Amino acid sequence: MSSRDRILGRVRRALADVPPDDTPYEQAVSRDYLRQHGDRGAEETVDLLAENLVDYRAVVHRSDTAGLPALIAHLLGERGSKTVLVPPGLDESWLADTEVTRVTDRPDSTPHELDRVDSVVTGCAVAIAETGTIVLDGSPDQGRRRITLIPDHHVCVIRIPDQVVSSVPQALDRLVPARPLTLISGPSATSDIELDRVEGVHGPRTLEVVLVSGE
Amino acid sequence: MSATFVGMPGFPEFPSFPEAAHEAVRDKTLRGNLRHATHTIRAKRAKAVAEVSDWAALREAGRQIKDHTLRHLDRYLVQVEEAVTAAGGTVHWAVDADEANRIVADLVKRTGEREVVKVKSMATQEIGLNEALEAEGIHAYETDLAELIVQLGKDRPSHILVPAIHRNRGEIRDIFRSEMSAWGRPAPEGLSDTPAELAEAARLHLREKFLRAKVGISGANFVVAETGTLVVVESEGNGRMCLTLPETLISVVGIEKIVPTWRDLEVFLQTLPRSSTAERMNPYTSMWTGTTGQDGPSTFHLVLLDNGRTDTLADQVGRQALRCIRCSACLNVCPVYERAGGHAYGSVYPGPIGAILSPQLRGTGSEIDASLPYASSLCGACYEVCPVAIDIPEVLVHLRERVAQGGQATRGGNKVVLKPAKGHAAERTAMRAARLALSHPGLLRGGQRLASRTRRFHPRSLPGPGKAWSGTRDLPALPAEPFRDWWQRTHAERGGQGGKDGAK
Repeated sequence: MSSRDRILGRVRRALADVPPDDTPYEQAVSRDYLRQHGDRGAEETVDLLAENLVDYRAVVHRSDTAGLPALIAHLLGERGSKTVLVPPGLDESWLADTEVTRVTDRPDSTPHELDRVDSVVTGCAVAIAETGTIVLDGSPDQGRRRITLIPDHHVCVIRIPDQVVSSVPQALDRLVPARPLTLISGPSATSDIELDRVEGVHGPRTLEVVLVSGE
Repeated sequence: MSATFVGMPGFPEFPSFPEAAHEAVRDKTLRGNLRHATHTIRAKRAKAVAEVSDWAALREAGRQIKDHTLRHLDRYLVQVEEAVTAAGGTVHWAVDADEANRIVADLVKRTGEREVVKVKSMATQEIGLNEALEAEGIHAYETDLAELIVQLGKDRPSHILVPAIHRNRGEIRDIFRSEMSAWGRPAPEGLSDTPAELAEAARLHLREKFLRAKVGISGANFVVAETGTLVVVESEGNGRMCLTLPETLISVVGIEKIVPTWRDLEVFLQTLPRSSTAERMNPYTSMWTGTTGQDGPSTFHLVLLDNGRTDTLADQVGRQALRCIRCSACLNVCPVYERAGGHAYGSVYPGPIGAILSPQLRGTGSEIDASLPYASSLCGACYEVCPVAIDIPEVLVHLRERVAQGGQATRGGNKVVLKPAKGHAAERTAMRAARLALSHPGLLRGGQRLASRTRRFHPRSLPGPGKAWSGTRDLPALPAEPFRDWWQRTHAERGGQGGKDGAK
């Protein structure tokens, strides 16, 4: 007998005492919890996002579309970055004002090559205000998961208000599970020394978030 | 502690909990470290939970989702297999630790690699995977900071979330200074004990291992049956490194980690971070479904692990332990854990959840497992904070009954009848005597009168093993006259209802 059959057989025998139950799953769980916490307008939701991002040590900037290239150039300059990783589908205008050398991520880029790059600039899939979380889903403006992991400096651009939701349930509604997903809440951190949070371990130690308004 | 760590299965030579805890409670450094850490996190967790007004509803939904999944586990296991396979992964089934270790070792060998990087995972700790791989000539590098501290210090984990909770910053610095060079990049010159510098030292030490790794090994916090998606919740980014940089990823996951639908994650992604690290959200959560083109590993293996879980599922009271999402909130509030520390539990699962999980996964045969259900004051704080509402005190009492009285249980998929454990003879005799006396009023009355009349001669402390109990307590003083006699004498003649044994 295969291990698969043995395990499935054991499960069925273990449940022999339980009366049959054919309630469809949608009705089996009472979801009395809230879809979002509190009632906020679009602007307040963005403010809450900014507040929670800062609370977990991300650096938050605001801009409009016209000012974005200058802001990104300023952030890379201030950081002293010589090179910046660029996902394949990033809006080229975002980097129009900077002289920093662009590094394109190729399928065969080795981790060591990526480790030599100073910064990375990406968009995002959705951001969650209540938890201060940005979500990347591997779309062309975000690239492969590794490019936002190895460089020590990540600049992430969020379009407000349309990419911002209030809560975790609302965010999951917008995401496609089959895509590789990364939820990021502040820079890399650890609570492993005396259960106290310290920022900066393996992921980018500096996370800069740019909230860009539509016009 | 003298006992050596031999992986989860068995722990046959490990001393009982009271014996192991005896040393721990005298260790002032350990007590100080644990007190500091657990009190820090307790207050923070309470605050993080208070932020969400619907906590009770989230907790209840979490309980129901897990119960439903366990109720239909056979169906969901098959669904997971189909979904993961359809997404490009390969699914393996492991009945026990040995089989899981063999599967993983073979998969690693097939890649031709001799080293692997590991994401912190309770399942692989439980099966003793690192030791098994080492025996096959494969080095497994732990990459979670706390796991690294434990591995470098040749130590044992003492907490589910923070395995090095028993170490303070000074001890961690000393371990880094003396041990890092043997494993790779040495600790930086003049390393201080500030947490930020220690984290930096770990970053530098592990970087080279991440960048060259070809095989990653992980567990998973959740597996979504309908989509085949695996979820790893972490803080440092070591998880992301291990899940995305290697060419081959092997995930060892207990069969109870399944949730039916994508939507179910909305519950646990709210309750888990708040319960474990007291954060609104942990820094990084990775979700992947099979393999995806050029992004991440090109080969993905999922090993579904039983190792005592189906035996636990067969227990009507004890099966609720399988709802556990390994947040460790119960450890942090437990007065026994705070004083005894994690090592005394003789298992990778310490604290209240360990006290009900280990004796079920491993059976109550060994000395340590038979003693674990007693490693509690039954205060109920663990139940209070549990985000999936596991009634830990209920299961503890149930397991105590099994240890003291024996009875039916399932081991290795077979129904067995357990003999009462040794060392509970006095307890059983006392209980039998109580049953006899309480069901025979005449006997009870006679006994009470005898006890009252001889009260002058009663000792002030108990002899033999009872001495430990009476050493810190006064024995209750017996009245000159039993209550029932007094009642009859003072109330019976008034025509009240309390006449001659008529009291119902």
